[in-house]
Amino acid sequence: MTDVTALERPRSQWADVWSQFKSHKGAMLGLIVLALIVAFVFIGPWLWRIDPKYVNPDAVQMIKTRNKPPSWDHPLGTDQLGRDMLARMMAGGRVSLAVGMVAMVISMVIGGFIGLIAGFYRRLDGPLMRLTDMFLALPLLPLLLVLMMLFRDSLAGLLGPEAGTFLLIVMAIGVTSWMQAARIVRGQVLAIKEREFVLAARSIGVPPRRIILRHILPNVMSSVMVAATLGIAGAIITESVLSFLGLGFPPDFPTWGRLLFDGVEYMQLYPSRVIFPGLAISLTVLSVNYIGDGLRDALDPRIRGR
Amino acid sequence: MLDAAMPGKGQPRKLVEITDLKMHFPIRSGLLRRHTGDIKAVDGVTFDIYEGETLGLVGESGCGKSTCGRAILRLYEITGGSVVIEGRDVAALDPEELRKARPTMQMVFQDPQASLNPRMTVADIIGEPLNEHSALSGDQKLARIYELMDQVGLNRTFANRYPHEFSGGQRQRIGIARALALNPKFIVCDEPIAALDVSIQAQVVNLLEDLQDKLGLTYLFISHDLSMVRHIADRVAVMYLGRIVELSPRDELYEDPLHPYAKALLSAVPEPDPTHEATRQRIILQGDVPSPANPPKGCNFCTRCPEVQPICHQQDPDLIEVRPGRHVACHFVKPEKPTAGPTGGTEAKERNQQGETQ
Repeated sequence: MTDVTALERPRSQWADVWSQFKSHKGAMLGLIVLALIVAFVFIGPWLWRIDPKYVNPDAVQMIKTRNKPPSWDHPLGTDQLGRDMLARMMAGGRVSLAVGMVAMVISMVIGGFIGLIAGFYRRLDGPLMRLTDMFLALPLLPLLLVLMMLFRDSLAGLLGPEAGTFLLIVMAIGVTSWMQAARIVRGQVLAIKEREFVLAARSIGVPPRRIILRHILPNVMSSVMVAATLGIAGAIITESVLSFLGLGFPPDFPTWGRLLFDGVEYMQLYPSRVIFPGLAISLTVLSVNYIGDGLRDALDPRIRGR
Repeated sequence: MLDAAMPGKGQPRKLVEITDLKMHFPIRSGLLRRHTGDIKAVDGVTFDIYEGETLGLVGESGCGKSTCGRAILRLYEITGGSVVIEGRDVAALDPEELRKARPTMQMVFQDPQASLNPRMTVADIIGEPLNEHSALSGDQKLARIYELMDQVGLNRTFANRYPHEFSGGQRQRIGIARALALNPKFIVCDEPIAALDVSIQAQVVNLLEDLQDKLGLTYLFISHDLSMVRHIADRVAVMYLGRIVELSPRDELYEDPLHPYAKALLSAVPEPDPTHEATRQRIILQGDVPSPANPPKGCNFCTRCPEVQPICHQQDPDLIEVRPGRHVACHFVKPEKPTAGPTGGTEAKERNQQGETQ
């Protein structure tokens, strides 16, 4: 107090958030596991250089190498066409992770936006929430199927088969999974906008968009975070459902969901075919959940520092 | 209103002029949410606030005090009337002009816990008005934030802390610092001490008084604590069911309330002296406050007034000046012959002293 220069400058909020996040053991573990999974799927293929789509053209050799249990040549075994499972897991993980993350971001952005607007502006509340109800009432799977049928070929022609399918799947999952987030966010906004600090911000003359961004959004972040971490798992599974139905990526294009579904018919004979993709999906979801948990705590100053 | 008491020189300037302010909240009912009525929280309130004075606004819970304060700052879209602050009719400004007018008028809120965003540091909270209305550089802003923290008696090392780490009194200081950040002229204090301990109340009220002396602020001090209002206010307005029933200089009101409701209200103030307390005659009102959605015909107070007469159920009394500087809305408080009484003179002198301290 005596020496002004000795005062600590107001810290950036993100430094506080990071130091709190670091002290959350589960979140750090989750971050490490997720980093390992990301490294596995992105750096792995440079080290394990087997083509995930390679099927031995010699039919006899192919049949001999089918459905092998884990061995030194194939650490995770081979599938019903003799393809290396480790390579397929790496290639599939890239797509699954990307689909999960991007679809989650899309659905959170749409859901968060609609929830914020509906909660904040009373006039838009009715129409936007009825729209949300309408989307909730739509049977999603048929809708996704129709979307795929309608747009897959045109998008594939525009961007190439894989990028086109990726974009379509991600958009389709994002557009059909934002409703829960919108409802959660709207409920929270309704509660928070009646708090006095929002009134105080209005009395200062803060325009509505900045009230939303500075005062309301940070206070609804924690529930968005929970919805988001669950959304990743949902997106990965939905993608595998679509692939399973033959409407996602092409059948020879590996994704974790695809590998899982391919393995299901052999589950009793070769359980490893299901265990590894299932484990990968679960680990991803679990680590993202913990990261979300830690982030939520770190963003709340009342919990921070405890 | 002091013209009669002090014609001519040294007349304090009217900073805020409120004319027939109405704030009705619509009641919607039925399947179609049709507009079926109004809650008349504030129903035709007229008063002026002079520069440098503290106007106390008292009344029981639910009489519209806080709504009145918020409507004056146009935190609600008011139903009717005008609020002229420094020559600008706040009620008629468009949003952008209103935003620019905000720095002159600020508010201190009732609940210091709820009025601070839990996710912002003290520096962010106090700095927010500066971000909105000034183009200071980072260092200048920080210097101003520290200056404000000194003014309200907060340790500068608290700048990085969050509201939940403070006590109620300290939080209220943060709220006051935020209200002061833009050098306002007029501050609405909406029960700033209601949520605090008695010992802390005194600190906060003294702080408000010091700041008024130093910065020449004008307060509208909303409270239900009559003793505290007696301590801080220069003039006091008594509200009942959305209307002002009496508006008088403080000492005269407390010595000799004219309106029956003001009498009843002030008779409820406990006396610190036990001998006086033993002889204190409380006027106990019968019944409940009528619903502001359906106020009684005639005088709003006619359902509970101990001195009620038939005319009270028919006609609504206007707020008229019955003594110099004293306004009462009652059929049975008649204006005396307008003479510049000695009380009016002392009142005006008091205000002059305040003018000099600025």
